[in-house]
Amino acid sequence: MKYTVRALLGATALCSAAALAHAETLTIATVNNGDMIRMQGLTDDFTAKTGHTVEWVTLEENVLRQRVTTDISTNGGAFDIMTIGMYETPIWGANGWLVPLDDLSEEYNVADILPAMAGGLSYDGTLYAAPFYGESSMIMYRTDLMEKAGLEMPTAPTWSFIREAAAAMTDRDADINGICLRGKAGWGEGGAFITAMGNSFGAQWFDMDWNATFDGEAWANTLNFFKGMMDESGPAGYATNGFNENLSLFQQGKCGMWIDATVAASFVTNPNDSTVADSVGFALAPDNGLGKRSNWLWAWALAIPAGSQKTDAAKQFIEWATSTSYIELVAANEGWANVPPGARVSLYENPNYKDVPFAQMTLDSILSADPLNATVNEAPYVGVQFAAIPEFAGIATDVSQEFSAAYAGQQTVEEALAKAQALTNDAMEAAGYR
Amino acid sequence: MARTVTTRQKALNTTLAWAIGLLIFFPILWTILTSFKTEGQAISDPPIFLFFDWTLENYAIVQERSDYLRFLTNSVIIAVGSTLLGIVVAVPAAWSMAFVPSKRTKDILMWMLSTKMLPAVGVLYPIYLLFIKLGLLDNRWGLVVVLMLINLPIIVWMLYTYFKEIPGEILEAARMDGATLREEILYILTPMAVPGIASTILLNVILAWNEAFWTLNLTAAKAAPLTAFIASYSSPEGLFYAKLSAASTMAIAPILIMGWFSQKQLVRGLTFGAVK
Repeated sequence: MKYTVRALLGATALCSAAALAHAETLTIATVNNGDMIRMQGLTDDFTAKTGHTVEWVTLEENVLRQRVTTDISTNGGAFDIMTIGMYETPIWGANGWLVPLDDLSEEYNVADILPAMAGGLSYDGTLYAAPFYGESSMIMYRTDLMEKAGLEMPTAPTWSFIREAAAAMTDRDADINGICLRGKAGWGEGGAFITAMGNSFGAQWFDMDWNATFDGEAWANTLNFFKGMMDESGPAGYATNGFNENLSLFQQGKCGMWIDATVAASFVTNPNDSTVADSVGFALAPDNGLGKRSNWLWAWALAIPAGSQKTDAAKQFIEWATSTSYIELVAANEGWANVPPGARVSLYENPNYKDVPFAQMTLDSILSADPLNATVNEAPYVGVQFAAIPEFAGIATDVSQEFSAAYAGQQTVEEALAKAQALTNDAMEAAGYR
Repeated sequence: MARTVTTRQKALNTTLAWAIGLLIFFPILWTILTSFKTEGQAISDPPIFLFFDWTLENYAIVQERSDYLRFLTNSVIIAVGSTLLGIVVAVPAAWSMAFVPSKRTKDILMWMLSTKMLPAVGVLYPIYLLFIKLGLLDNRWGLVVVLMLINLPIIVWMLYTYFKEIPGEILEAARMDGATLREEILYILTPMAVPGIASTILLNVILAWNEAFWTLNLTAAKAAPLTAFIASYSSPEGLFYAKLSAASTMAIAPILIMGWFSQKQLVRGLTFGAVK
């Protein structure tokens, strides 16, 4: 008996040692968004289940992009998991910089990922990043101000209605701006908005020969409409407003309408931060009768760089963080309104989530964005608010600076478009596309 | 002949000096005040200056989310280590330039300074690849060396300026008494240049403490200093100003306190030799 107990104790010790030997420490680079911070707080659950520990590197979005791009392009191996978006994933996947996620477990149920998200995070049919949360853009508006203006917001409005409603809701004496939109320079800020808006006006970045198309009527219409509406009904200094500035204005009751990321819905309806939480309505982003709406599609996703030495543990983490059981864990701890949205079909079938006021509109917005077919006319690129080519981020940042200068009145719309046309064509020629 | 300064002029000068001082300090003061506001108060329009419900909530959140002490330790090691290493390298260099100058000494000094004008991002990839090869990524000692190299021109220039003020005859006398080169630098030159070396150390600790480009790009989780700590509180989606202000206040507090207590040495060091 004594020997049996000893043998059992010895076996237990060996098993523990073996488990410890396989326990890894993962280094994960991520952005400082609410959902990511929540995930960091719940990491103990992952450690308890797998024995792996996690070290977080949280950075501001632009810093993170530069940091992870440097590391992955040099095969540095500083990170085991990176938080990246829909723009980087297909490009990095094509370069062989990411580990394909083609062997995730059956319980994970890859088929449950929203098709739009899975498509945007794949290259050549292979998934390279798992969506942590997905978003589109939609209209958030003040129901009380809309009523006061004697108007009713359609579920799927047109741009002309939005301009009319914005003018009617504007009350400069009461410091209420009819509409707040992004004008800030940066491809992911004002650049993303105007590109998505351009889609609904029939504009696109490139024709099928990769020539810039800023000299066409569609872009002139887009920019003139945007600037005209914002000058009439937008806040002062809108040329420098991005997501956070507009969020702040809306939460303080200074915007009648705000068209931006669907993820903002949980912020503007949170009574702790928003003074207008109980009077917010939602609608699809506007269109212009051309068959394309002006909403974008984005996902923050988790991917494994090819330089990581801990791919098995990294895959375990990705399966944990993007699973349905993680969503349930968040719901149990923080409520259904705070679960990461826009990634899984099953979330929108969950009766608990259907009670969240913005859930259906978020799903409808995501479903109405098609990264493979985002423009009215045929385009040679994939992406709604971006073109998934490596050169886009640099070019679009320069172009959006020209547009912001036009919004601020430092140059005319025509001058901005002419400069955008020239610099885009120069860059595309230098990159060998033209 | 001494110029007479009227009381009115004195009062005017004092007021002007205080106004400029407060203007320069205002961003820091605003950061500190914002750190005690709620996120809603931090973005309120018009801005709230003093009359709000002061809260320590942001500090509690930052403490809970981040391992501040680890970031602080890394900052101290990187800033102090790179400065001391820089002094060890720069003292002999500045000695040779000040006391045994060659025909090209001035050119070398100018060339050293010109390296400060190179945009850091231009050499990011070569240094990153070098760090991968040497296994120095996310390593404090790797950063000590890089920051030492970056600040070396300033250290050499400052020490060179101080050493030029010391009469060469004293060193010659030491040599005639049989002092070796090491003894001459260690026991004669260095004690005489202590005020200059101290202010050089102080200034370079501040420069290294605030350096963000290399400390963000060459670290991940283990060696990240307070610059990475601050960067982790900026967000593209969501309100973060109050928490970011709390993190910034915690990051600048040590260097602010150090600067306050050593301001006399700093001012003296920076104006040394300026008015002869």
